[in-house]
Amino acid sequence: MTVWEEVRAFLTDPATWSGPDSIPARLWEHLWISVVAVVIAAILVLPLAVWLGHIRRGSGVASTVVNIGRALPSFGILAISFLILVQLGAGVGEPWAVLVALIALAAPPLFTNTVTGIQSVEASTVEAARGMGLTGKEVLSRVEIPLSTPLVVEGLRIATVQVIATATLGALVAWGGLGRYIVDGFARQDMGRLIVGAVLVGLLAVLAELGLGALQRASAPKGARRGDIGNPAQRSTV
Amino acid sequence: MADDVMIRLENLRKVFPGSPRPAVDDLSMEIGRGECVTLIGPSGCGKTTTLKMINRIIEPTSGQITIDGRNAMSIPPHELRRSIGYVIQQIGLFPHRTIAQNIGTVPALLGWDDTRIYDRVEELVETVGLDPEMLGRYPSELSGGQQQRVGVARALAADPPVLLMDEPFGAVDPIVRKHLQAEFHQLQDDLGKTVVFVTHDVDEAIFLGNRMAILEMGGVLAQYDAPEKILAEPASPFVERFLGGERGLKRLALLPVKDAGLARGPFVDVTAGPDEARRVMEANSVDWLGLLDGDRLLGWVDGSRVGSSPLRELEPRPFLVTLDSEDSLRTALDAVVTGHARVAVVVDNGMYRGMLDLEAIAGEVTE
Amino acid sequence: MTLVGQSTPLIDWDWVGRNLDQIVDRTWQHLGLTAISVLLGLVISVGLAVVALRWRWTYPPITWVTGLLYTIPSLALFALLVPIVGLNATNAVIALTSYTLLIIIRNLVAGIDGVPASVMEAADGMGYTRQGRFWRMEVPLALPAIIAGLRIATVTTVGLVTVTAVLGLGGYGFFILRGLNTFFWTQILVGVVLSVVLATLLDVGFIWLERLLSPWARRGR
Repeated sequence: MTVWEEVRAFLTDPATWSGPDSIPARLWEHLWISVVAVVIAAILVLPLAVWLGHIRRGSGVASTVVNIGRALPSFGILAISFLILVQLGAGVGEPWAVLVALIALAAPPLFTNTVTGIQSVEASTVEAARGMGLTGKEVLSRVEIPLSTPLVVEGLRIATVQVIATATLGALVAWGGLGRYIVDGFARQDMGRLIVGAVLVGLLAVLAELGLGALQRASAPKGARRGDIGNPAQRSTV
Repeated sequence: MADDVMIRLENLRKVFPGSPRPAVDDLSMEIGRGECVTLIGPSGCGKTTTLKMINRIIEPTSGQITIDGRNAMSIPPHELRRSIGYVIQQIGLFPHRTIAQNIGTVPALLGWDDTRIYDRVEELVETVGLDPEMLGRYPSELSGGQQQRVGVARALAADPPVLLMDEPFGAVDPIVRKHLQAEFHQLQDDLGKTVVFVTHDVDEAIFLGNRMAILEMGGVLAQYDAPEKILAEPASPFVERFLGGERGLKRLALLPVKDAGLARGPFVDVTAGPDEARRVMEANSVDWLGLLDGDRLLGWVDGSRVGSSPLRELEPRPFLVTLDSEDSLRTALDAVVTGHARVAVVVDNGMYRGMLDLEAIAGEVTE
Repeated sequence: MTLVGQSTPLIDWDWVGRNLDQIVDRTWQHLGLTAISVLLGLVISVGLAVVALRWRWTYPPITWVTGLLYTIPSLALFALLVPIVGLNATNAVIALTSYTLLIIIRNLVAGIDGVPASVMEAADGMGYTRQGRFWRMEVPLALPAIIAGLRIATVTTVGLVTVTAVLGLGGYGFFILRGLNTFFWTQILVGVVLSVVLATLLDVGFIWLERLLSPWARRGR
């Protein structure tokens, strides 16, 4: 059978479209775990990042986070997370290990972009706001947060794309998601399953990158919009 | 007289792509050998464009440039530039090269051997007044004024006959700038290079230029003459406006005290008697008296004290401001209006030379 | 699969001792895949950067395409390459190389662009030829940025090599995958820790190389 025939065979198999190993089910798994991971990471990290940015103490921490994040392979984080959670009694095949790893991966870009975003508000702007009598809280809510929104949204984009990509590796620690097709495709030498899975994963990541890139541009204040595309190299590839 | 002309610009024209008006339109001028010409004018007048066409950093749209009898357009640009020193406001020292390597740039390009380059660099460091210890450092380790000195040394390295300078002292603070200007003035006297110097500072243009070329928008030569001449007789209302409201003061800055007629003033020797002292004060219609010991200036005493005791026993007070004969009449004027005796006292190494009052200074300008 | 994990100790030093040979082998594999990919990436990036610098309009499409490549998860890229090159080291090297391109090109171009205009003008004014200026001024001054790019590309690649375990390669990733499949924690830990150590060592190596090659950038006041 040629590759195309295998792809066609996989796509015409009824199990591909309904049941626990169907494309809709795998896509849903992939999406919910990604969204939940980013949301939890944001809840955990944003308050601290905003505070550190506000007192202008975060840049050292931010660069350390970036450097450590780069040296730790996503696959390694996933494996360690799996190891720890199984030790703690989680069942194999449950999503917890993957979720914890994804939260850990989403946190650094959200943190660094928020800290950098708030600190990038010019000191003179903040001083002017204080000079007009705004309290620390008001400076934060009326000046620093609105002005740093584009960078925070950028952090969200970086984190989300990273998480969607890493969720693919979840199949290597006995979980589902679209990566399941690739891992099973390799294991069963099923070329159709392998290629369809790869195309779906690739498309999802690229769509997330482009879609959130558009959101990022739209979030910039009208006076400060730039036409260039985002820089994917700000995150580690997976 | 081709020998006396170092740089000749003929019908020089530059139109930048996309710009409706020429930056420089039909400019012709000659710059003599060993002369320092300052180019000045409002921003957008084409002074920098003109300068950069001479070493072809900017290629002219049309026109002729002749340097030392050679057609600049017939020489490959990089060869032309190796024979012309170039200093820019941002200095542009090469950050990855030591000060010694920076200064030796053009000699190295010309293929000098290492010892010759080294000797030349050492010589130049002294010429521009840098500490030889700096030679092994990198540009980022030097202050702005030091960097600009390196920039000048680098331009002089291969001993080019022509030096092009584009607002070279524009980025340093005013005090350092004054120093660098004075040093460069001295250097120019010693080396006798042909210099084209772009500036937007009228005082700098007057101070450094043997001749001054004032450009109008579009590189039109409004006036080209010695600074004294331009200040005395501005060729057009534009030049007059451009020079600003203190033309008289600027001219005073060009006139040294030593060329002015000094008066003796109410000064007497300490051996003089009270009658003579009173007579001198009356003749000058002042109520104070300057005291001398021979030629040496002792100071001054209040007129009311003259006659109470011999002059020798009065304790004279020093003049707060004195000049020497190299100072300009502008400095003299400043001394007149700040000193409470309303005169400028000229003293060389403690020896009294004479004095100037307001009228004497004004007389020098209107002469 | 069965739950066997709880009873085994986290680190079985005996296993480490018995498998030193294999660890050394996998170290060479990890280093080899990383080095080949980064070097190949550098060569291709230099070519593309030269094009981008010569014809400015090509830069956005170049970063767009390499950015897209960068966005595709590695597992998917390995899979997509299987029908074309098969399940082997070539597959891994093609994918790993393609991930280095974006980082290296961006740093090459940014490095060259970052040379101050005043330095370029002074170099012209001193009489450098266009070629001379490129090699004596632009390249040395861009070196810190270029090395920074290689540094990030290398550290990233060390992490990605672990995933090539699914192709039967993996360097230290081989241990991680085997450990996951057999619930043998020692192998997972050895794989992850050694991979982090390797990335850190290479990172430090590049910092050292940058200091060596651009002493002028460190001595500013």
